[in-house]
Amino acid sequence: MSATFFKKTSLISLGIALALIVVGIVVNLSPTLHEVTWLRVLFDVSTLNFTLRATIPLALGAMAGILCERTGIINIGIEGMMLAGAFAGFVAKVATNDWPLMASLLMGVLAAILAGGLMGYIHAVFSIRFKMDQIISGTFLIILAGGLSAYLFNPDSVAIGKFSPIAIPGLSKIPVIGDIFFKNPPITYAALILVVVLHVAFFHTKWGLRSRAAGEHPRAADTVGINVNFYRYLNTTIGGMVAGLAGGFLVLEAVGQFQEGMTAGRGFISLAAMIFGNWMPFGALGAATLFGYTQGVQNALLLAGVANIPRHFISMLPYVVTIIAVAGFVGRVRPPAAEGKVYETESSD
Amino acid sequence: MSQNQIPVLEVKAITKRFPGVVANADVNMTLQKGEILALLGENGAGKSTLMNVVYGLYKPTEGDIFVNGKKVVMHSPKDAIALGIGMVHQHFQLVPVMTVAENIMLGAESVKNGLLDIKKVAADVKALSHRYHLDVDPYAIVEDLPVGVQQRVEIIKALYRDAEILILDEPSAVLTPQEIEGLFEIMKLLREEGKSIIFISHKLKEVLYISDRIVVLRGGRVVGETTPEQATQESLAAMMVGREVLLTIDKQPATPKDVVLSVKQLKARDELGEPALRGISFDVRGGEILGIAGVQGNGQTELVEVITGLRKATAGEIFISGEKMTNASPRTITQKGQSSHVPEDRHAYGMVASYSVADNLILNTYNLEPYSKGITINRPAIIKHAEELIETFDVRTPGPLTPGGSLSGGNQQKMVVAREFSRPSKLLIAAQPTRGIDVGSIEFIHRQIVNKRDEGVAVLLVSSELDEIMALSDRIAVMYKGEIIDIVPRAAATRENIGLLMAGVKREA
Repeated sequence: MSATFFKKTSLISLGIALALIVVGIVVNLSPTLHEVTWLRVLFDVSTLNFTLRATIPLALGAMAGILCERTGIINIGIEGMMLAGAFAGFVAKVATNDWPLMASLLMGVLAAILAGGLMGYIHAVFSIRFKMDQIISGTFLIILAGGLSAYLFNPDSVAIGKFSPIAIPGLSKIPVIGDIFFKNPPITYAALILVVVLHVAFFHTKWGLRSRAAGEHPRAADTVGINVNFYRYLNTTIGGMVAGLAGGFLVLEAVGQFQEGMTAGRGFISLAAMIFGNWMPFGALGAATLFGYTQGVQNALLLAGVANIPRHFISMLPYVVTIIAVAGFVGRVRPPAAEGKVYETESSD
Repeated sequence: MSQNQIPVLEVKAITKRFPGVVANADVNMTLQKGEILALLGENGAGKSTLMNVVYGLYKPTEGDIFVNGKKVVMHSPKDAIALGIGMVHQHFQLVPVMTVAENIMLGAESVKNGLLDIKKVAADVKALSHRYHLDVDPYAIVEDLPVGVQQRVEIIKALYRDAEILILDEPSAVLTPQEIEGLFEIMKLLREEGKSIIFISHKLKEVLYISDRIVVLRGGRVVGETTPEQATQESLAAMMVGREVLLTIDKQPATPKDVVLSVKQLKARDELGEPALRGISFDVRGGEILGIAGVQGNGQTELVEVITGLRKATAGEIFISGEKMTNASPRTITQKGQSSHVPEDRHAYGMVASYSVADNLILNTYNLEPYSKGITINRPAIIKHAEELIETFDVRTPGPLTPGGSLSGGNQQKMVVAREFSRPSKLLIAAQPTRGIDVGSIEFIHRQIVNKRDEGVAVLLVSSELDEIMALSDRIAVMYKGEIIDIVPRAAATRENIGLLMAGVKREA
């Protein structure tokens, strides 16, 4: 099967996301369609706004996964990296509560990124230096982050303030699209830009070519003088940083506070988005949007007071869609060939 | 070429030790500018290890390497590349999902404004392919290309890095006879351009044909140096193995009896669900050897798997001794059909590496008397059986309780052959029976196959080594893209017409 086919499957998920936006524009601009209750629940600007908010941590988590796995390191520990980022961000925010708000929030972001990066580096050391099974190492990270954050968390501490939306001059005036995309807090913009940057970096730069080679055929990379494990260390650490930023988003932009286990499986849904998107940044963004949308719909249904379906079933929606999507597509995507395999060599730089 | 010229490459007293193994011992070798030097030796003789040392992938335990008269120390292939050394590995080092251009530039990327300059690389690749007649499309995805073209990509990859010394590790192993000729043309052209080539091979004919000088390695040591003018196939084989070897098998003409294996319109799919067999029909009679020739990956693996019950047929029928055995279980086919199977991949299907030699020898008869009674197994009988087979089949092992995986490749294969050949059978299916084993063991296994035929067993021999097919078969069937393109009696077969059939070219009679 040719590689173009695999690129197409990642386009499917991106197509779903684009279709959602188009339908959203049509429904919100047409007064008659906007009167239909179910259309309003499914496609109102508020639903789509919520979708974007739910999508961002998933997209960041999926980018973290792509960074690691494209280079050959399996990362099921995104959940742990996110949680570590969230907790570190919260601690830094609380510690700097009396600073100017923006400085304090940026300290939080910095702490979140550093904590995630540290988790990523630990994962790399375990996986590369100690040749530990990468699934076990990832699981360890999840347990470590969950346990440590719960133990160290002081429920009496309160973070004051969170990131508020910044309207982009001009663009935010575009009907519907402006409301959805251009009136957001900074991490949301950063995440969307990151997806584009990662795509260009992976497929059009030296770093990307070498990283992909390390994940597909490390021996081939080694024989042309590329230090495979250097790229694996580097990208796993950067991946951890991105996952940490996802955690920072939850605390500093979405909720404003930390709660025990607040990532609530988002790291795993990110993994699903990465797989569904066939390890492509745009594909993963599309998949994350699909999963985020189910959360948006779930929220809208609960707000609209739909009573004839028990709310527990509505709450299941995001997870059910994730399972169906991954189960249906997992045979049609192709992971990096050398994923999870330790690379041993005698050469050194 | 004068001998007092400074050699482009010289290795002096190279020794390479791995834990418990000496792969190269005190190896000395020189390479002159513009020559093709053949490095000949059996599998495990240390050829690849030596070349990996020269290419910087391994560090020598002792000894020095000189390039253009200067002593060099290499830490990684990067250093070797910088010194103008390029290597085409036996297993291609190409990333299957990337394009030709991406593979070629990997590690030596051309960058403009921070982004990869694919266009420039593609133009460079086109220029190189034009200059050396190495036709490739820079934008093709590597995994879509035939192996012969992938090899060209590897050669261009080395030339792109301005390699002056080219190491070709078993380059002919994966090619059809016609592709091999194309490769030799390219090698001659490269020599004319002043490149120096080390050609690694264990195929005597090729070495005699193409090289200027031959160095023979055995057991990690250089055991001789000669030229094609002075050497013969026999003398080279003797040097490689360390004793006289019979290269041709003398066998009587076959006396075919009743049909034992009959395959009718057989179809099957591969792992990806693509058709792998597209309606295969043939018969094998008792007392004859039907050889299946073909370039690897044309459905031979699937054919053997379907006949032995390891893969489901989607259509068609298989009869063994007149009894229908389509999609029967492997045990039914082995025991009721009285068939023996030497599988292509001995590690995956032929043996359990961590089991003892004795246990490996009863893998498919452990449930029968005398090896087991009721729910207990009879150890003494198993050991006794093993001792007999080790003796008869000359399996070199410290003892019957040694793990099978610790034997050398040739002896592992002899162990599998011993198990399969020692059982009374009517049908023998041998897939790549001599892959990756030494000339001495090949001779032995070939003899055993012919003996089986003479006992009246129907033999289906699948091999991608054309020489093996030609040496053993009474009839030759050629597979191409999941079909049998033709069946030729041995007497009418030549390397040329079989080679053309392997490439899918059929001349209408």
